Amino acid sequence: MANDIISPENLVYQKPKLMNDTTMHYCPGCSHGVVHKLVAEIIAEMGMEEKTVGVCPVGCSVFAYRYLDIDWEEAPHGRAPAVATGIKRLWQDRLVFTYQGDGDLACIGTAETIHALNRGENITIIFINNAIYGMTGGQMAPTTLIGQKTATCPYGRDPEIHGYPLNITELASHLQGTCYVTRQSVDTVASINKAKKAIRKAFESSMQGKGSSLVEIVATCNSGWKLTPPKANEWMRENMFPEYLKGDLKDTTNL
Amino acid sequence: MAEQEITLMKGNEAIAHAAIRCGTDGYFGYPITPQSEIIETLAVLKPWETTGMVVLQAESEIASINMIYGGAGAGKRVLTSSSSPGVALMQEGITYMAGAELPGVFINVMRGGPGLGTIQPSQSDYFQATRGGGNGDYNVIVLAPNSVQEMADFVDLAFELAFKYRNPAMILSDGVIGQMMEKIVLPPMKPRRTEEEIMKECPWAAMGKRGGRNPNIITSLELQSEVMEVRNIHLQEKYKQIRENEVRYETRECEDADYIIVSFGSAARIGEKAIELAREQGIKVGLFRPITLWPFPSKEILDLAKGKKGILVSEINAGQMVQDVRLAINGALPVEHFGRLGGIVPDPEEIVEALKEKLIK
Ligand SMILES: Cc1ncc(C[n+]2csc(CCOP(=O)(O)OP(=O)(O)O)c2C)c(N)n1
Ligand code: SF4
Repeated sequence: MANDIISPENLVYQKPKLMNDTTMHYCPGCSHGVVHKLVAEIIAEMGMEEKTVGVCPVGCSVFAYRYLDIDWEEAPHGRAPAVATGIKRLWQDRLVFTYQGDGDLACIGTAETIHALNRGENITIIFINNAIYGMTGGQMAPTTLIGQKTATCPYGRDPEIHGYPLNITELASHLQGTCYVTRQSVDTVASINKAKKAIRKAFESSMQGKGSSLVEIVATCNSGWKLTPPKANEWMRENMFPEYLKGDLKDTTNL
Repeated sequence: MAEQEITLMKGNEAIAHAAIRCGTDGYFGYPITPQSEIIETLAVLKPWETTGMVVLQAESEIASINMIYGGAGAGKRVLTSSSSPGVALMQEGITYMAGAELPGVFINVMRGGPGLGTIQPSQSDYFQATRGGGNGDYNVIVLAPNSVQEMADFVDLAFELAFKYRNPAMILSDGVIGQMMEKIVLPPMKPRRTEEEIMKECPWAAMGKRGGRNPNIITSLELQSEVMEVRNIHLQEKYKQIRENEVRYETRECEDADYIIVSFGSAARIGEKAIELAREQGIKVGLFRPITLWPFPSKEILDLAKGKKGILVSEINAGQMVQDVRLAINGALPVEHFGRLGGIVPDPEEIVEALKEKLIK
């Protein structure tokens, strides 16, 4: 009986063609895996699998290259936008994107991020903002919320000591080199669909030479936050969405 | 045969011309004295209109080295240049390139340090260049030009060596060679490689997995220590090969010499005058000039030193290459050092005095 319903016309979803058959190292409930799937789907849908170079970061997604069946270059911590600049300037017909966490992009790599976006490099930056350093064990990130407890602000982030959350995406929307700056999430099916559209638009704009795109994904890090996956989603909606407002911050792609 | 173009230019300008002529795909750099003419000359020459070479001023040396890391990983011939404090910033990218086995070229037109130091010439980054400089067990091929001609010639040579061994290569120059003007013959024009040629020459490059091949992944990461050890052993074997095959040096009037001056780069130019002065005074001195500082011509210096009375290592630093010479000689001869510091370039007379004082007495 069960076998009867397994037929192509009933198929609603399958593993993206470009996802490798490898066990992922991400914690269950982590947003990284979902965003990987979207990226894999979009590259295949665009027919760009043979013309894409991804730049993976330092952080939990350091092994992104194991999961997507495309060429990759691993950047030093924070330098992905510079690495991507080198690749894209020299291979202008390639789809070049970076995949970076908030520690990577908004802390050690702030200069590279701002300048690549400001130069209008025809690349897409996918920015996973989980308000914490996941890989190194849950330390404070530039995007950590006021009052949020982490290993290096165990009493909660205090602006007097630690400064304020850095809204890189707002900053990016003011730069002349960017054509598309958006903030999304992947906590519900609806938001996943929206995020997919956003990444696709960003990739297409990169290929059309319209300038830099930044897609921030407000994400969960249940391990770093020490919450179950459902609780992490709840916490994100309650605490992160008000600070990091979702939606397009800039879109000049149709100009 | 095409007519040779003889031109008068600065060492830094020669680098820029040579870069365009040897089929460089991209230059990424950040200004710093005494080498800013490299990017300035490229900006004037506009190679993007002729050969298609990309020239980009980065926001920092960290960004420029990572741009060449990106470009090299994607199979292109990429170049950056800087001077001492800037090269200090590049060390992160250089160790990543060594770890990922990428063939980039970078140029250090040295100035005096430590710290912000001076803009005057110095050779005080010898250790940084030859010992790795960044983290991990690695080596960079280091070429030390002593003339404007070699500034031009070594660009292509550095690329050839870098691609042959998939290893970063450095041209270690200084403010004297970068700024002085000499007559040179520019290298012949060589076209940039086509996409097909790059695919053939660099089957490992991450440039989009064309033709449905397996993905190429450029990384220096490996969390499993056993695998990381194997990678390191492979690197060490490669370095051994380079040591065996790529040593370059030059000697001058060494056959009948009692004493040898060992100097590299601009110091060797001063050394040429010093041996002339010494010989006028009846002291038989020869000059040994390492051209590759890594791999260092240890065996060649030892061979040459047989039957000599002493060696003076003259460098524009506090005594760095002298350590390599002492290791090579291994106590067989007295090896002394003479250097000036902080951006002061020694006179040939001072070198002869030092030779007499330290070795002849
Ligand atoms: C130069 C350097 N400094 C520090 C580190 C250690 N480190 C690795 S990942 C990381 C933070 C990553 O956080 P984030 O970018 O937010 O990614 P996440 O793990 O949360 O996905 C740090 C500090 C490093 N690898 N390199
Ligand atoms: S530590 Fe956090 S960011 Fe890293 S894999 Fe786990 S949940 Fe994801």
